[in-house]
Amino acid sequence: MTAVFLVLSAFLASAVEMVEALTIVLAVGVTRDWRSALSGVGAATLSLAAIVAALGPALTLIPIDTLRLVVGALLLVFGLQWLRKAILRASGYVSLHDEEAAFARETAEARAAGLERRAGLDWYAFTIAFKGVLLEGLEVAFIVLSFGSTQGSIPLAALGAGVAVVLVAVAGLVAHAPLARVPENTLKFAVGTMLTTFGIFWAAEGTGAHWPGGDASLPAVLGFVLLLSVAFVALLRRGRPAIA
Amino acid sequence: MSALRRFGTFWWDFVIGDDWRIAAGVAIALGATAALAAADEPAWWLLPIAVATLLYFSLRREVR
Repeated sequence: MTAVFLVLSAFLASAVEMVEALTIVLAVGVTRDWRSALSGVGAATLSLAAIVAALGPALTLIPIDTLRLVVGALLLVFGLQWLRKAILRASGYVSLHDEEAAFARETAEARAAGLERRAGLDWYAFTIAFKGVLLEGLEVAFIVLSFGSTQGSIPLAALGAGVAVVLVAVAGLVAHAPLARVPENTLKFAVGTMLTTFGIFWAAEGTGAHWPGGDASLPAVLGFVLLLSVAFVALLRRGRPAIA
Repeated sequence: MSALRRFGTFWWDFVIGDDWRIAAGVAIALGATAALAAADEPAWWLLPIAVATLLYFSLRREVR
């Protein structure tokens, strides 16, 4: 059961981040120069691989209770950020993330930027693609490393993330347009729920608390976080006085 | 902005995000959970309640 959650969480988080990265790469690739944009993607991928290769083995040396406490606390803070934004979006207080609007904004900025060549590359296209993939990828790397190391299975988490990267890349190649039809905000809601659930579960275990039924209580924690989030969305949709 | 400051700002935004009170609340809740567990008292219930409370107040601040 935990392995399923692990792969699913890494897959969903990776899919969301890669959809955003794809929009940035497509925008600079279409308007500037594909070779420079793809060079940026390659450089960012190598940097991410180096980060994972350096931190992954180091994390396995930390005692499991300490790891669960630190990772659980970070996941909890990180997950609550995602969940908070997802609840505000779902209830209409913050506008939904729109990949077509993001693509239009990125292409407009790419057209307006001046041309500077370095190492034979369009430096603007290279750096924007590099930063986009690196920053979105860092969140995926953080989730893969934290989930994987705490569950003792980085390859399983990496598998979930890898499948998502390939799927999004293939979909982007086929569509040759931002993936506006991906239910990104629903995915973010799901990822926020899962990060918060794992954060609660592992952080509590890391402090020395014991869950009734051990790992079997994980679905109950997930159900609690999901119900709580849906209730907050419903409260916020009813209007400000309901929550304020 | 210096490179060090940019580095710090990046990690602050990355981990702490828009509402630092959530991170502070999580730290306090973890401390309380650890104290209960150390005293051999049931402590698993505290974090879910803390999450509900922190989320409620954070959302309330945002929509006010």
